[in-house]
Amino acid sequence: MSADRPDLGWNGLQLLTLCVYIFMFAPIIVVVLLAFNSARTGSFPMEGFSFVWFGKLFENASIMDAFQTSLVLAVTSSFLATAIGVMAAIALIRYSFKGKAVINNLLSLPLLMPEVVLGVALLMFLKFLEQPRSYMLLLLGHTILSLPYVVLVVQARLVGMRQHYEEAAMSLGANRLQTFFAVTLPLMAPAVLGGFLFAATLSFDNITATLFWKKPGIETVPTKIFAMLRTSISPEINALGAVMIVITVALPLVGGFVVRRFAKGK
Amino acid sequence: MVRAEYRPYFLLSPALISLALLLLAPVLFIFVYSFWLRAANGQDIPAFQFGNWITVGGDPFYWLALRETFKISAITTVICMLVGYPTAYFLARCRFNNKALLLFLLFLPFWISYIIRTFAWINVLGKSGFVNSVLLGIGIIDKPLSLLYNDFSVIMGLVYFQLPYMIINVYVSLDGIDRNLESAARTLGCTAWQTFREVTLPLSLPGLGAGSLLCFVLAAGSFVTPRLLGGTDTLFFSQLIYEAIISQLDWPTGSVLSLMLLLSLGIIVAVYNRFMSLSDIYRSFAK
Repeated sequence: MSADRPDLGWNGLQLLTLCVYIFMFAPIIVVVLLAFNSARTGSFPMEGFSFVWFGKLFENASIMDAFQTSLVLAVTSSFLATAIGVMAAIALIRYSFKGKAVINNLLSLPLLMPEVVLGVALLMFLKFLEQPRSYMLLLLGHTILSLPYVVLVVQARLVGMRQHYEEAAMSLGANRLQTFFAVTLPLMAPAVLGGFLFAATLSFDNITATLFWKKPGIETVPTKIFAMLRTSISPEINALGAVMIVITVALPLVGGFVVRRFAKGK
Repeated sequence: MVRAEYRPYFLLSPALISLALLLLAPVLFIFVYSFWLRAANGQDIPAFQFGNWITVGGDPFYWLALRETFKISAITTVICMLVGYPTAYFLARCRFNNKALLLFLLFLPFWISYIIRTFAWINVLGKSGFVNSVLLGIGIIDKPLSLLYNDFSVIMGLVYFQLPYMIINVYVSLDGIDRNLESAARTLGCTAWQTFREVTLPLSLPGLGAGSLLCFVLAAGSFVTPRLLGGTDTLFFSQLIYEAIISQLDWPTGSVLSLMLLLSLGIIVAVYNRFMSLSDIYRSFAK
């Protein structure tokens, strides 16, 4: 071992890190494993290998409904959050103006606010305005929840972007709008896509605030799982978990791949 | 066309308007609601009286719940510090060619649904879960251990959820340390341990602080983890809020409880901000 590394028992550190990685992955592996268990109890011991619970899953109309609700909600709310967030991120990165620090802090506020409180607040406010709990509440709620993350993620990507190309386009006679659509937006595409995927994942995952906002009878996938867990762990939940794990792990992988392809193409 | 000096405000206006309407106004409204009167028929009447505050504040049960919530969150934070710091140190200092992959792997579970990562622990810790099956199988125990539905499983679930936050915060701050400072300390005669204690540790404190605050605040506000992994005697403050609002429809009490949680966490964040900068925390989110 080199001399510049404090000798704190490097092997111990290595072992601890390995344990942390096992700790992070073991529960996920257990869920996927149990999804293929043919036993009816949804727990150990493994009795046999079977796809039966996946089949049951697709026959379960209420789970499919929840899936659809979650998907529509994730796409619409992250579309809104990305549109609003990208505009804000451009303003914060490209311009200096009065009150910037305050606005920056304000936009990050929801990050540290307990989700329960946010859930209660928005629900009460809507009740005060005499609006019933509706899809609209979920849509707006999810948008405000993911907005600060979009602003941060897009900002981080925009910092490295130079303005030369835009200046070139403008000096060649393009107006501001043309420049934005022909130059800025394509350059920003990875940042925008990154923000969108992040927001979509957050929305698809969200449970705490959703429990406050959803109309009785409407379920998203997480709240559906939450309701199913009340009785006991059925093997179906493990199968649903396995499907969700594959989707949520594949999505960022594909996203990262697309972004890298974009970057290489330039 | 918008004039140049107004352009940033124009670009920010959708964000600020949605923030004002969907966050600031609703939170202010909880405050107003906490003074309203709850009539016998369940109607809430606009009023300005401190009855709700006095009822909740005078009930030792709520204070006990707040203390329990903070106790469990503090234990979670300390475990995350003790496990997360060495791990981050290893990740920052190791010489693997593919360090990006290691970090990516650490955050992979992050993308997986929170509720799935939480109920996974039921499969691991339950009576016929993974741990008990293995221990019974090799004959170390002859009766399944009660690992689930108590404070232990809640802390496990919370640590599982918060640990990557801690690791990434410490990692970012360790990664930013100028290694020449450590070499200089060694040249000047410090032992490896002294170098760590006098140079590396103090320089990485902002990351440790940011990670700890984040762990604590997220843990103290959590609802699903204690609900799914906690036992009947687990007292978590957000569960009381949910009970008041959704089950009992007692909105004035619910608003007082929400404000109690928000204010006590706000005080902690403010005290932290007095000594350290909050921007460290936001930075780690962008990684």
